[in-house]
Amino acid sequence: MNEFLTSIGYMHWVLPMLLLVPTLGAAAIWLHGAPGGPPGDDDVASGTAGAPRLIALVTLAAEFVVSLGLWWAYDPAVAGWQAAFNVPWIPSWGIRFSLGIDGISLMMILLTTSIMVLAVLGGWTSIRRRTHAYYALLLILTAGMLGVFMSLDLFLFYVMWEVMLVPMYFIVGVWGGDRRLYASIKFFLYTMVGSLLMLVAIVYLGLAARSRLTGIPDFSYDAILATARVSHTAAFWLFGAFFLAFAVKVPMFPFHTWLPDAHVEAPTPGSVVLASIMLKLGTFGFIRLAVPLFPAVATNATVRAIVLTLAVIGIVYGALVSLVQPDFKKLVAYSSVSHLGFVMLGIFALTVQSVQGALMVMINHGISTGALFFLIGMIYERRHTRLIEDYGGIARVVPMFAAALTVVTFSSIGVPGTNGFIGEFLVLIGAFRTYPVYALIAATAVIFSAAYLLWAIQRILFNALDKKANFHIPDLNRRELALLIPLLAGIVWLGVYPEPVLRRMEPSAERFVQSVQTRAIAQNQAPAGGIE
Amino acid sequence: MLIQSAASAGTNPLAGTAAGWMWAIPLLPLLGFLINGLVALTSAAHFGPADPTAASHAAHGDDDGAGHGDAHAAHASTRHRFAAVTSIVGPGVLVAAFLLAAAAFLAMRAVPDLSAPFVQRYFSWMPVGDLSVDVAFRLDQLSMVMVLVVTGVGMLIHIFSVGYMREDPGYPRYFAYLNLFVFFMLVLVLGANYPLLFIGWEGVGLCSYLLIGFWFSEKANADAGKKAFIVNRIGDFGFLIAMFLLFANYGTLDFSALQAQAGAFVFGGPLITAIALFFFLGCTGKSAQIPLYIWLPDAMAGPTPVSALIHAATMVTAGVYLIARSNFIFAAAPVAGLTVIVVGALTAFFAATIGLKQWDIKKVLAYSTVSQLGYMFVGVGAGAYVAGIFHLMTHAFFKALLFLGAGSVIHVMHEAYHHTHRHDDAQDMRNMGGLRKHMKVTWILMWIATLAISGIPPFSGFFSKDEILGTLFSRADGSTLAQAHWLGLPGTVVIYGAYALGLAAALLTAIYMTRLMLYTFHGPNRTGEQERAHLHEAPWVMTGPLVVLGILAAVGGWFNLPEIVTRALPLGPTGLLEHWLDPVVGAGTARVVGSGGEVAAGTEGLLIAVAVAIAVSGIAIAVTVLKPARLVPKAQASPEQGFERVLNNKYYVDEIYDAAVVRPTYDVSRNLLWRGIDTGLIDGLLVNGSAWLARLTGWIGSQFQSGQLGTYAWVLVLGVLLVLGAFHHSVLP
Amino acid sequence: MLAESLFFSAVLFSIGVIGVLTRRNAIIVFMCVELMLNAVNLTFVAFARVYGAGGQVFVFLVMTVAAAEAAVGLAIIIALFRHRHTVDLQNINLLKG
Repeated sequence: MNEFLTSIGYMHWVLPMLLLVPTLGAAAIWLHGAPGGPPGDDDVASGTAGAPRLIALVTLAAEFVVSLGLWWAYDPAVAGWQAAFNVPWIPSWGIRFSLGIDGISLMMILLTTSIMVLAVLGGWTSIRRRTHAYYALLLILTAGMLGVFMSLDLFLFYVMWEVMLVPMYFIVGVWGGDRRLYASIKFFLYTMVGSLLMLVAIVYLGLAARSRLTGIPDFSYDAILATARVSHTAAFWLFGAFFLAFAVKVPMFPFHTWLPDAHVEAPTPGSVVLASIMLKLGTFGFIRLAVPLFPAVATNATVRAIVLTLAVIGIVYGALVSLVQPDFKKLVAYSSVSHLGFVMLGIFALTVQSVQGALMVMINHGISTGALFFLIGMIYERRHTRLIEDYGGIARVVPMFAAALTVVTFSSIGVPGTNGFIGEFLVLIGAFRTYPVYALIAATAVIFSAAYLLWAIQRILFNALDKKANFHIPDLNRRELALLIPLLAGIVWLGVYPEPVLRRMEPSAERFVQSVQTRAIAQNQAPAGGIE
Repeated sequence: MLIQSAASAGTNPLAGTAAGWMWAIPLLPLLGFLINGLVALTSAAHFGPADPTAASHAAHGDDDGAGHGDAHAAHASTRHRFAAVTSIVGPGVLVAAFLLAAAAFLAMRAVPDLSAPFVQRYFSWMPVGDLSVDVAFRLDQLSMVMVLVVTGVGMLIHIFSVGYMREDPGYPRYFAYLNLFVFFMLVLVLGANYPLLFIGWEGVGLCSYLLIGFWFSEKANADAGKKAFIVNRIGDFGFLIAMFLLFANYGTLDFSALQAQAGAFVFGGPLITAIALFFFLGCTGKSAQIPLYIWLPDAMAGPTPVSALIHAATMVTAGVYLIARSNFIFAAAPVAGLTVIVVGALTAFFAATIGLKQWDIKKVLAYSTVSQLGYMFVGVGAGAYVAGIFHLMTHAFFKALLFLGAGSVIHVMHEAYHHTHRHDDAQDMRNMGGLRKHMKVTWILMWIATLAISGIPPFSGFFSKDEILGTLFSRADGSTLAQAHWLGLPGTVVIYGAYALGLAAALLTAIYMTRLMLYTFHGPNRTGEQERAHLHEAPWVMTGPLVVLGILAAVGGWFNLPEIVTRALPLGPTGLLEHWLDPVVGAGTARVVGSGGEVAAGTEGLLIAVAVAIAVSGIAIAVTVLKPARLVPKAQASPEQGFERVLNNKYYVDEIYDAAVVRPTYDVSRNLLWRGIDTGLIDGLLVNGSAWLARLTGWIGSQFQSGQLGTYAWVLVLGVLLVLGAFHHSVLP
Repeated sequence: MLAESLFFSAVLFSIGVIGVLTRRNAIIVFMCVELMLNAVNLTFVAFARVYGAGGQVFVFLVMTVAAAEAAVGLAIIIALFRHRHTVDLQNINLLKG
């Protein structure tokens, strides 16, 4: 495999190609043009959805195939960025179009490309209006998210960050449920407040890293890491700006209230993309930017205590609030708050195990919660209700759906042997070394997560089949099975044999922990000045 | 890949023998699970949904609410179309696994003085930094015993199930779950490190959840499954914390590596005590001890063979296995050991009292199981690991027999009700009585098991229970436990107290078991005139396994005869199991024994005599006091009064937990956290509050907008004049 | 000469302002706006005599803009009349907050 990839020069073009492919796909849908009828028409019924849908599927499948080569081509033994691509973009401001990956972004890219293919399948028949616009936005969204994961220039990072925000706003706001406008505007404003502060911080950092000879700012990640000198106070405020941007995205308690609304109102693929990938952008931002750029602040005892407390509150609070949700989608949304709390705990506990665990939770949550949202979407398409109490006993009617939902539920609960366990276990065992009390409280989530999810699936799948509307729900069709089987396979594979994934991320995670610790000590010893 | 890694297992004398195939022992049931699972899923697609209107018909019209799940077994007459495949694959993989285990056992016996465990490493599971967790199996004498019990008893119960579940539409699903359970149970006992053991530990809990709620259409069953899983999770929390403590302090979770560091454990130190206690919290969940025993009686909602396999013979004994496996930890923590003894003895007594007043035949057995598990914990807590495992083994025989026998009875009762289209409780003993005339084989076998559990010589339970109590008595003098203090009490006092509780529980055991036998098989029949004609013995596929278990329950004591017996009678070798397990638990036991020793032969004889006398008097009390003839069927029975009522309602423990823990959690979550903090404070006040503030500002501004262009123009001109006026010094010349 | 021209354009401008402020017919208001523009043009031309041709260039710019404005503005007023059957500004308050 590697010889073949080398022979086609894979690592030289793969990253820009990953951005180009979905953009071209979106352009193709745009060129194909909108159907003639009024925009409210049912495109699926009229057959006009076919072309854009197919273009999106083929594009994203191609995207997945292109990205898959990274699995082999990426060499964990090599330190530094791989598959680097670096051309000038706006030279007068020192902005470059600079891409590159390490083990962490590798896994995030693979997660994104694989989930996006499934996301198209997941909305195959449920997205019925303005399909051409929807699929074009989905493709732009893919490019934006991948761009965030691979940007090595802070300005480019910010651009990509906003690029992905807009399509999501429209996907929620146009194709969402009844309260879609409220949800999408809330989502947009929340994210925007955070990200504008981040822009200020990025500009400040770019200026701080400017060349002494020419005075041109430098936004490249490596340069800022190496040369940007900011005072302790400035670092504190800059960290705060990044923290707000990412904490909203994660979302950390108490910045999470956009999530239940956005999740509930978004169409199925939107919820999946939100949960599986977009939330990870927040935690990825912590790993890539907020913590390494300001190690002294991030390891400051007070800051750490605050972040860890919020993370642990999120874990327990999310689980408890999930317990009483009448709406299954909202329940899963709050459970995301709980799961992402584990990621934050892992990152800020700052041991190799906890960081690796945090990365695993990011991947696992992407798979399990994505699958949960798909399953909710499937049953919603049949019954048009998300309320748990409207179901009951449907395992008798839809056994395959029931089997799939049960497996995914147990993965989300974190039963060992499924992927969910690996991440939580590693986070907790790592965090226990540095912060035993926090880990101890967080570990109670194993009880609550079982409680809320089992109670929910009992009321959906089990109990008496006593509602007439549920008597004749059709079971999963081939498309839905094709969509779920990869996710179920991933759940078992990552639970039983996560070593290939762990091995690829390990050097990056170790470097993260070590560089943060050593640089924090160095910064604390040698006080730096502000912008000169 | 598996075989390659297996070959690298190295220089252990077992490498290359049949024991080298141990990886296949759990994989066979897993294969069975996959095949049966596929059968269950694929055919379901063609089978179509079970007619939903039949759901209410099939639901057993019982007012009791729990325990009548077995109803469906006979009600639904749609035999699954791939049932034949399942009938072969389901029990077949267990037979193969048992034969393989037996071959491994023979290979192990052939090696003289096998002291090192045989560890096969397959692949790396979680290698992160200095944490290294392998998927590796460890076959030593302890896991060998467990594998034999699990596959052996499991095999018999699988065969029994072929008859018991014959008519159930979920037949392949049932066997899929059962196979999966055996797989996880084998992973539990074979795992070479704590995380792998934990896979099995949670996996069996998962299968238990699925099987308790097997007839999920009834809310009570689904509730029971959920309760079992969640209560177990509380215990698992303890297990996790214990693992974290081990890793944070000793850097490994591997049994061998930890055991190698056992010398470095601070004897009786807070750390090792905490680890042991957290592990024990896990045990109280999985093995149904106070305070987490509440799930096990509810778990009887599952099919009866499931109760036999999971909730009597194997899964619930996992906690005993865990302590025996971690003997090097518990031996270093006498306070934890005393805690285990106290909890075990209290559970043994407390559960036995509840067992006295239950009417559901399975509930009696469930509380009996809780009580017997208490004995096992007394044993392993006292460092009598061999006695604990021995009782685990004999208990697996006689309790599986009791459950399967009860299953036969329920099956037959149910068929009788089914024939006459009557809806009544097939599990209530008040509806039984006099069944010995109709089910002779079951009757005899159940009596064997009853005598065994009551501790009547020479049945198996006598030897194992006596060994636990005898060893406990001997620990009161000179052992490290006796020298330790528990909540300020000297260890000796605690041990004597536990011993007294153990004797009292033995008396109660004999009483409630005899009560069960009397009410079920003796006296007049209360099933009903028409139904009586349909009562008959269960088919051979069900009684066959019962006979095998009956033999084991009768002679199982032979596996570990005490010296006092072999000196007097030429029955067989002394302490077979003790010698066998010595390489695994010998060091731990020696550490607990400390400067203490065996009790004198005379005292030992006296203790045995007391125990036997108590058992006999228990049976005698039950026979003289209880009058099966005076019993009336459930439908006509009047509710109990006074303390009997408290016992019948299980001391209202479930209600107390519900009021003290469950409801407050829900209320706080709903009213304070969700409605209060989430939608109220954060979303309402902060988020939408700031939005409201922005809107208010805008509204105030908008009030100046009359929409009259003329007004705007006037304002504009006046504004210009104002500005000019204000700055006229600088603007105008 | 300059002073007179400026005085004259100021008078014109003021008439325009008063017209805009007091009249209610949109057409007349519109013509008053044109009057104001032309008053400014006069100022430009007057200054151009003293300070060079730049002012005259500006006049052309203003005239172009005024022409465009007239086209768009009259179109709006016509559309408005079609819609409301009146060009009385008192009755048009779409901008009301």
